[in-house]
Amino acid sequence: MAEFTLPANSKVKIGNTHKAPDSAKRVRAFKIYRYDPDKGDNPRLDTFEIDLDECGPMVLDALIKIKNEVDTTVTFRRSCREGICGSCSMNIDGTNTLACLKPIDEVKGTVNVYPLPHMDVIKDLVPDLTMAYAQLTSIEPWLKSESPPPPDQERLQSIEDREKLDGMWECVLCFSCSTACPSYWWNSERYLGPAVLLQAYRWIADSRDEYTGERLDDLEDPFRLYRCHTIMNCTKTCPKGLNPAKAIAEIKKLLVMRQ
Amino acid sequence: MSENSMRTNLGRVRGLGSAKEGVHHWWMQRLTAIALVPLILWFVASLAGLAGAGHTETVEWLGSPLVAIAMILMVVATLYHAALGVQVVIEDYVHHEGLKFFWLIAVKFIFLIFGMAAVFSLLKLAL
Repeated sequence: MAEFTLPANSKVKIGNTHKAPDSAKRVRAFKIYRYDPDKGDNPRLDTFEIDLDECGPMVLDALIKIKNEVDTTVTFRRSCREGICGSCSMNIDGTNTLACLKPIDEVKGTVNVYPLPHMDVIKDLVPDLTMAYAQLTSIEPWLKSESPPPPDQERLQSIEDREKLDGMWECVLCFSCSTACPSYWWNSERYLGPAVLLQAYRWIADSRDEYTGERLDDLEDPFRLYRCHTIMNCTKTCPKGLNPAKAIAEIKKLLVMRQ
Repeated sequence: MSENSMRTNLGRVRGLGSAKEGVHHWWMQRLTAIALVPLILWFVASLAGLAGAGHTETVEWLGSPLVAIAMILMVVATLYHAALGVQVVIEDYVHHEGLKFFWLIAVKFIFLIFGMAAVFSLLKLAL
């Protein structure tokens, strides 16, 4: 059955508190989920008080400041710090988003920072995305075509056809949407999830791809596609403002149309 | 998923492949939903109209041909829609393979029995 409570070794305990220096004027508390697989302890919630006058505007700035100045063992993924690499996806203030795009000012009071929900945790804020990446590989997210490209130029696409890919190519594969989806929580072994289905539709909608039918064949499955119950958490949480729910609806529409 | 399996991640994700099924289920759920909009509105309005009516009057109403046809349509659409919906709930939440199989079969039988009983009763009143 679906699990509604955490197993005993996953219950989150109260952790350490790191006070801000007395000179700090604009103090904000960050509560950060900590888990160290090498220790075998339960996860804990550490509190870090940060002087916002000495910190950049985004939650990622605060995390980097904490790691640099307070506790170097705080572990998280980050790279570009401008919403392009998709590395720093995590659950901030109850919503999956990219830490680099989330202004601290948007959060009222204590800033709660957890890893992406319902994934195995490798350490602290780093979730195990291995299976999600394998699911992405399974939909073969690349151009597939029997016709060779013209010898002297690229494969052509009309402006209208190119516009059909807008709202999909922008996805940075942070998996905020998939890990916000209850259907993905309950059936992530078999349901592909909104992030991967958005990518699947990105190639179905590409006028240069010649494997549209095969791609639809592979998706037509009660679990791979139809676990989507239009809950819309994916679209609501997407830090890039994309609409995976619409992409999934388009796939369902095409499957009806080809009958 | 078994932690001990030495299968590759891609192999596990591909699993038994696509069932190439699901469109019909999805489409029928939508069709029955569309059909139920007027049917349920009519049913609720009719019940309101029957407020205060006695047994004889109600049976007489149910026995008239047009009412009987609409009632049978509504009952069949409702139970078909419900069976499809409950099937999805079971697939979502019951992860024990044996139990899942049992409930998927049981639900189909239960709704079929409900449907047969309802249609038989309505026909008995009408014919």
